[in-house]
Amino acid sequence: MLRALRAVIGRDLRLAMRRQADIVAAMFFFIIVVSLFPLGVGPEPDQLRRLAPGVLWVAALLATMLSLPRLFADDHRDGTLEQLALAPQPLGLIVLGKVIAHWLVAGLPLVVLAPVLGIQFDLPSDALAVLTLSLLIGTPALSGIGAIGAALTLGVRGGGVLLSLLVLPLYIPVLIFGAGAVDASVSGLGPQAHLSLLGALALGGVFFAPWPTAAALRVALE
Amino acid sequence: MLEASNLECVRGERRLFADLSFRLAAGEMLYLQGSNGSGKTSLLRMLCALTPAASGDIRWRGRAIGKLGEEFRSELCYLGHLNAIKEELTPLENLLLAAQLAQESLDHDAALDALELVGLLGREDLPCRYLSQGQKRRAALARLVNERRALWVLDEPYVALDAAAVELVAGLIGAHLQRGGLAVLTTHQAVPVTAGTVRELSLDGAHATSGWG
Repeated sequence: MLRALRAVIGRDLRLAMRRQADIVAAMFFFIIVVSLFPLGVGPEPDQLRRLAPGVLWVAALLATMLSLPRLFADDHRDGTLEQLALAPQPLGLIVLGKVIAHWLVAGLPLVVLAPVLGIQFDLPSDALAVLTLSLLIGTPALSGIGAIGAALTLGVRGGGVLLSLLVLPLYIPVLIFGAGAVDASVSGLGPQAHLSLLGALALGGVFFAPWPTAAALRVALE
Repeated sequence: MLEASNLECVRGERRLFADLSFRLAAGEMLYLQGSNGSGKTSLLRMLCALTPAASGDIRWRGRAIGKLGEEFRSELCYLGHLNAIKEELTPLENLLLAAQLAQESLDHDAALDALELVGLLGREDLPCRYLSQGQKRRAALARLVNERRALWVLDEPYVALDAAAVELVAGLIGAHLQRGGLAVLTTHQAVPVTAGTVRELSLDGAHATSGWG
């Protein structure tokens, strides 16, 4: 079981390394969206500090969305998805592997970039730490929940737009608790409650989402 | 071992075939014939439990394949009309990955030998997108060299291959039958296999039937 999980993660990571343009594009998208806000709303430090958590989290959601359509579409097109579905392991386990690989490729870079981008918003160092921690805990949930949407829209014409309409509303709780954690930390309430809820969402997203995703993939393959 | 009874296939509004029954024992090959759109690929996908049959049931070792699930899939090797190779990866990586996912142990040397057999030695480190159509098909078929699962379901395995490769694949299927394996394949090229019993089944005519078993 674990061998298969490792094989799927290794496979997707290797594929991502051969197609680095995709990762770099999503990272630059994140950087640019976040950097546009200080330019747009002006250099008022108080205002920027208030905006920062929301802006960084919304940008993270959108950057994750960019890579979601390809999560299963490439495998579907070249027939490897059929082979994954026919592998002797449960398809849910294979999806879990793909979700983990997606997070490593699309989520983790955002976590690494966030503290650097947060400086633009004049965030104090403890708020930066909470922001990074909230992204670290929350982005796996984005990959997990997103996988359900990616599987449901597989093979649908114009699936990219539909995928956003389907998945972004589901991201709302993650956004609220993620940005809320930073706000709570800035206002002195302490981020623990928000981070715990975010952790629960992430665990649910990563370990329960693969099963409905697998069911959706089987329907798409029929 | 593999038994299908009263299968019906409906695609959209059209019924492609109905009351289709056959039985396949160890060492036997089923050679599916039929014009384009007669439901050959649909039947193969039903045999892999990828598509559910509109009615009828398929049994493997006496049990319905839908219920067997993973147990059945661990004895099944499916090669669709898509090659199922990643263009970014090399033939060697593709082959090793396929074996890993099938939970088979295939070491580096055995994989190289398989690629040598299908004539891809020297190109094993070249990403598959640089290969020709026929070479990609060869890369996909290299999986069959060390494939020991009992049931092979092959959709047009000879497509895009040259004469030598067709003979090679027919030889692999023959060896598989000789080991007591089963194979179901569709093809428009009648290629004799070297061993085993070959049954033929035609899907032409809306109510294809066959009297075996």
